[in-house]
Amino acid sequence: MVGVKSVPSPTIPSPAISADDRSHEVDHPSSEVALFGADQPLRLDCGVDLTPFQIAYKTYGELNADRSNAVLICHALTGDQHVANVHPVTGKPGWWETLVGPGRPLDPTRYFIICSNVIGGCMGSTGPASINPATGKVWGLDFPVITIPDMVRAQAMLIDRLGIDTLFAVVGGSMGGMQVLQWTAAYPARVYSALAIACATRHSAQNIAFHELGRQAVMADPDWHNGAYADQGIHPHRGLAVARMAAHITYLSDAALHRKFGRRMQDRELPTFSFDADFQVESYLRYQGSSFVERFDANSYLYLTRAMDYFDIAGDHDGVLAKAFAGIETRFCVVSFTSDWLFPTSESRALVHALNASSARVSFAEIETDRGHDAFLLDVPEFFDISRAFLQSAGKARGLTAKDG
Amino acid sequence: MSVQEVLPLNGLASEQSGPFRADHLLVAEMVKPGSKVLDVGCGEGDLLQLLETRGIDGRGIELSREGVNRCVAKGLAVVQGDADTDLVNYPDDAFDYVILSQTLQATRQPKVVLENLLRIGRRAIVSFPNFGFWRMRLQLLVGGHMPRTENLPASWYDTANIHFCTIKDFVELCDEIHVKMERAEALDLYGRPLRLRLPWWVWNLFGEQGVFLLSRGQGK
Repeated sequence: MVGVKSVPSPTIPSPAISADDRSHEVDHPSSEVALFGADQPLRLDCGVDLTPFQIAYKTYGELNADRSNAVLICHALTGDQHVANVHPVTGKPGWWETLVGPGRPLDPTRYFIICSNVIGGCMGSTGPASINPATGKVWGLDFPVITIPDMVRAQAMLIDRLGIDTLFAVVGGSMGGMQVLQWTAAYPARVYSALAIACATRHSAQNIAFHELGRQAVMADPDWHNGAYADQGIHPHRGLAVARMAAHITYLSDAALHRKFGRRMQDRELPTFSFDADFQVESYLRYQGSSFVERFDANSYLYLTRAMDYFDIAGDHDGVLAKAFAGIETRFCVVSFTSDWLFPTSESRALVHALNASSARVSFAEIETDRGHDAFLLDVPEFFDISRAFLQSAGKARGLTAKDG
Repeated sequence: MSVQEVLPLNGLASEQSGPFRADHLLVAEMVKPGSKVLDVGCGEGDLLQLLETRGIDGRGIELSREGVNRCVAKGLAVVQGDADTDLVNYPDDAFDYVILSQTLQATRQPKVVLENLLRIGRRAIVSFPNFGFWRMRLQLLVGGHMPRTENLPASWYDTANIHFCTIKDFVELCDEIHVKMERAEALDLYGRPLRLRLPWWVWNLFGEQGVFLLSRGQGK
């Protein structure tokens, strides 16, 4: 997690990184790109065939001879494909270097690790910030609404393109966990093992409500221009920053905020009797908001939050969750965190009950931590031990040799 | 001086056969190789690991978070759950065997749990401490205290074990709910089966614990 930085300004500052850096990555990402032409449209749930489109992705490690060691990592709402390398826009380390890297549970010397930017994202896969080839202008709100199943369908096309039939593991937290579950529901035979962390099989009413708050903040920014801000060469960074600030609170916990900040003042002894960021927690949130808008597109935020809202695996299976997993042979590991109130343990438990009802092989661990939903991105040794053991046990069953698994 | 001190009860842990507990070895021996097994109340997964070495597809449920996390960190397929409330989520005939090892006495509704075991599994293996064991009786008779042993060291006010029974009680319950006893064993203090085919009352007096292989009876 990013540390507290001093942000003395009373309002949210403008981005330090120019819009050009961000928009360049949208169409010309500094990672591998798979192009899908008119012969391979992406059939979206909304009924539209998206074509042409592209998927930006990163890989780490080598695919073994029998193509059995591929691991797909699915990123969360504001993540991207830069899971274990320096981010091309922010210059910060990869977002999951705690889990992915030499000696880590997902070790590139053992596994061929793939992470792709989701459809609708803004780091190189086709999304609302991309150029619409039909008009030569940025898609904006003309971009079709996408869903979690759409993201997974696009990933499956990428996996096909890479010549991989069965993934050894699909791994992800939060929105990434939703994609993991969608993979197992849509392509059970292609997923040998699934590690679903801090997620749910549906988005709760409270979570939809928080997303709506964020979207309204973006849309209330006069710079949003009904989504056509790119044509004006501007970005609704104030609205997006507020959306991020609100969302960020939901990723933490009361205990974690209290431990980190308490009621401590920021660079001052006494209150200023103004609306400056007197409290450290205010300064921290403003920093989170302003750094987020440097790397993320506002419309993309609208589309991806919407995709999560629509997610409901049971809804796609006559309201019976267990039907989604009937007869599945995938090995599951479900992990939740005690202080996560965005995707609480009860959601994971409902998933586990459905998997039990399907006689699926499932491990389920709830990890005690006060760090809230974000715990899955942080240094939580018990989580790493469990992930490592689950992957090793699956690797043994899969017949991966000691060298590659 | 308490009865506990007069009669130090040797638990199973002190007299192990190899790396595995004697009662676990007996349970494992009852399971046919290649079966699918659910271990309810699997603790830290020792029995599941033993079953795994014999090529048995084992799953577990455990109430304590620490136990579950240790199991998962061993690569075992274990979920956090409660025998009283979570067995209902499993479909009929999901397993060849469902094992309830030293857990029956800690459930709120032992009868319902037993019925669920034999709904989910074609067979059930149940082991429990026998409160008819002579040392238990002696602690109550002579010492006037609720019995405590190395295996069950908690005091009456903080024990998780709320439904103790004797071997005789358990046999009667099986009859009542039409459960067929395919095999019964009484284990001595060291977890070794009492080899002789003795009448129930002898087992009830000299068995420190009972281990039963059960299947659905005619009435079911």
